[in-house]
Amino acid sequence: MEGAPLSWYLILSAILFALGVAGFLFRRNIITVFMCIELMLNAVNLSFIAFSHKLNQVDGHIYAFFVMVVAAAEAAVGLAIILTVFKNRASLAIDDVSSMKY
Amino acid sequence: MPASLFPPYEDLLRILPEIVLTIAGTLVMVLEPALRPERKRLLGGIAIAGLLVALWGTAVANLFRGPAFHQMVVVDGFATFFRALVIVVGILAVLCSIHYLQRERPDSGEYYALVLFSVVGQSVMAAANELIMIFIGLEISSIATYVLAGYLRDDRRNNESAIKYFLLGSFATAFLLYGIAWIYGAAGTTNLVEIRRVLSTPELAPPRFLVGVSAALMFVGFAFKVSAAPFQVWAPDVYQGAPAPVTAFMSAGPKAAAFAIFLRVYMTAFEPISNRWEPVVWLSALATMFVGNFAALLQNNIKRLLAYSSIAHAGYVMVAVSAHSEIGTAAAMFYLAAYAFMNVGAFAVVTHFARQGEKYVDVDDLAGLGHRQPVTAALFSIFLLSLIGIPLTGGFFGKFYIFKAALEAKLYWLTVIGLLNSAVAAYYYLRILVVMYFHEPGEAAQTVSPVAPGVKIALWASAAGTLLLGIFPSVILDFADRSAALMK
Repeated sequence: MEGAPLSWYLILSAILFALGVAGFLFRRNIITVFMCIELMLNAVNLSFIAFSHKLNQVDGHIYAFFVMVVAAAEAAVGLAIILTVFKNRASLAIDDVSSMKY
Repeated sequence: MPASLFPPYEDLLRILPEIVLTIAGTLVMVLEPALRPERKRLLGGIAIAGLLVALWGTAVANLFRGPAFHQMVVVDGFATFFRALVIVVGILAVLCSIHYLQRERPDSGEYYALVLFSVVGQSVMAAANELIMIFIGLEISSIATYVLAGYLRDDRRNNESAIKYFLLGSFATAFLLYGIAWIYGAAGTTNLVEIRRVLSTPELAPPRFLVGVSAALMFVGFAFKVSAAPFQVWAPDVYQGAPAPVTAFMSAGPKAAAFAIFLRVYMTAFEPISNRWEPVVWLSALATMFVGNFAALLQNNIKRLLAYSSIAHAGYVMVAVSAHSEIGTAAAMFYLAAYAFMNVGAFAVVTHFARQGEKYVDVDDLAGLGHRQPVTAALFSIFLLSLIGIPLTGGFFGKFYIFKAALEAKLYWLTVIGLLNSAVAAYYYLRILVVMYFHEPGEAAQTVSPVAPGVKIALWASAAGTLLLGIFPSVILDFADRSAALMK
């Protein structure tokens, strides 16, 4: 890896992943929460690419494509579900989606 | 090696169930727009036919045991067992759904395609021998199930169930995937057998820190999917809000498939570091049993009660996983089969009793069902007794084998606590029985309609399965015992 060593990429990926987790836990808008999941998946992709480069294999690149395809499918389904929630509740605040309690 | 674009035909036969199910699902989607609403139930028939052919395909694939597609998939007894299990769950779920869909949303038939695709994913998970394959199977199964959970899109509870399932499920998948990325970086491969080889060869062994982090991240993902504590919070809300037949499906099929990959990954790839993950699984098993059983005591909504009970049952299976032996694996397999029958059966009763808009889903609504519909009540009693673990039912032998495996693995405390938990669990199941037989029939029981034919078949089949596993456990257990040795 010219220039930056592997560990830098991994640390960046870990920071991105942690940001995604933190956003998932603390943000209150459904779309933002969903974007945080995408951020986590992209952090994973960065790790895959970095490892793949270090190992001198092409596998990791392909895995990143798999992840992107699955993320796209997930986004299609997820946004559709978010849309139905919005149609029924006219709100995208996570705290409004809590009709079921103990 | 000469490169051919077409895979060898044995390889294709090894994924026959998936091929059949994909074709059936596509067929349902193509036919769906062409049928008038009152004919859409035909699609249910096609789905069942497809699932039956896939069951036959599983048997055919089982004749060609061995790895396929460059070791990405492996057909062994373990894969065959779980493929058959998820397909049977699919059949039972479709049987429960036909009447339900006619009543709640007669204009749509893509439901059956979604069930079929979800079963495809679970079947891939059962046979996957490679981490990316596991991820793909998991996502095929999950994405279809997210839609099913919110299938009645004008129903607020359905929406809520779907959004929670989707957000938390994707969150868990991201953890699993991050774990996959780390083990790929550490071991340089994603094949389970190869990972095991690398981890158990001292000269090749990667830094233990990397492997540990990866195993922990993957544990988070799997624990979410099997609803094990502390990652079980989504399950009650999702199970309560989803349509009853969908809950029947997703509390049995995806959970069994998730346990299949959990077992396969931790019993092969991560076996060399078993001393590090065993305590974690031990703690999780303990917490799962406690959370499930004690929270179930407080529930009045029967779907929510069964959701907590399903968490508790995941806890028992986790006990078998933490035993970390072939007997433990076989016990987990047997338990998941027994659990699938009794749980789908119980949810089939809920499907029948809930009626239009799922109006009657409280335990008290069942009052007097024993007088009004003695047969349904008797079948429900079989499922509940099996869930408690009374002899002559599958649930009894399931628990028996799990705790036997735990004792052989010297997990004395876990066994004692597990048995005490089963005793606690008896209380909330028996409460349902008492309400059903000894309370005066209320409004709900007075107006109950005859059981729909599909639900009736599902009920009888589940009861037959539960009793078969309770009276002749060796039929399944022998197969499970022979299949528990995974490819290493």
